[in-house]
Amino acid sequence: MRIEYFQLIDRIVDLNLADKTIRTEARVPTASTIFEGHFPGFPLMPGVLLIEAMAQTSGWLVIGLTKFTRMPFFAALKQAKLRSFVTPGQGLALSARLLHEGSGFAMTTAEIRCENKLICNAEITFRMVEFPNAEFRASMEKMATLLEFPRGALVHG
Amino acid sequence: MPSTFDTVANIISETCDIPRDTIKPESHAINDLGIDSLDFLDIAFAIDKAFGIKMPLEQWTQEVNEGKAPAEQYFQLNNLCTRIDELVAAKGA
Repeated sequence: MRIEYFQLIDRIVDLNLADKTIRTEARVPTASTIFEGHFPGFPLMPGVLLIEAMAQTSGWLVIGLTKFTRMPFFAALKQAKLRSFVTPGQGLALSARLLHEGSGFAMTTAEIRCENKLICNAEITFRMVEFPNAEFRASMEKMATLLEFPRGALVHG
Repeated sequence: MPSTFDTVANIISETCDIPRDTIKPESHAINDLGIDSLDFLDIAFAIDKAFGIKMPLEQWTQEVNEGKAPAEQYFQLNNLCTRIDELVAAKGA
């Protein structure tokens, strides 16, 4: 996890296009300037960043399902529940499942667990659009490689 | 069995918290009911699920934006219901 670069997940563990599910993992850094403010003497992973981590996990699922032809942009959040504190150094297991793929939009349900305990969950809506430009598309391809995006799943999915 | 319009009107009423009796067949979803594009995604989700279809929102929006079709053709509710009926019929064909 590189919070300052808004990279909230470390690795894609599994992408199942048949089941329309994804699993990712992330480890909260032990130190970050964010923890200096959130909060002094009581560092906590901000809930909005946990939501972003669920959105990124869901987003890679949508990218996989659309075979890298569309970019999902976060549009709406429902039923978000932040159930427990997350502290520096904790390992997170994230997962998402597609609820619906409409015309130009997708909806997922996502959750984060820590040591199998449910930490947070939400339903997320994305607008799906063509990649805005080649540079952005290339940056996403690079990030996919970094996250070990299983490109073989696109061939067999 | 409820009509297509009744199903759509109920979905809009529940999704956007609009009084059911203000939703008429001639209502325009955007101009009359004030539904924005983000709220319309929730409506599209519910309609897709209720009728087992995938409304081609992208195509409709593109046609309207390019001036190839008036917005009423897709977003006035009686016309929207006709489009839904066509999609349901095409699915069963």
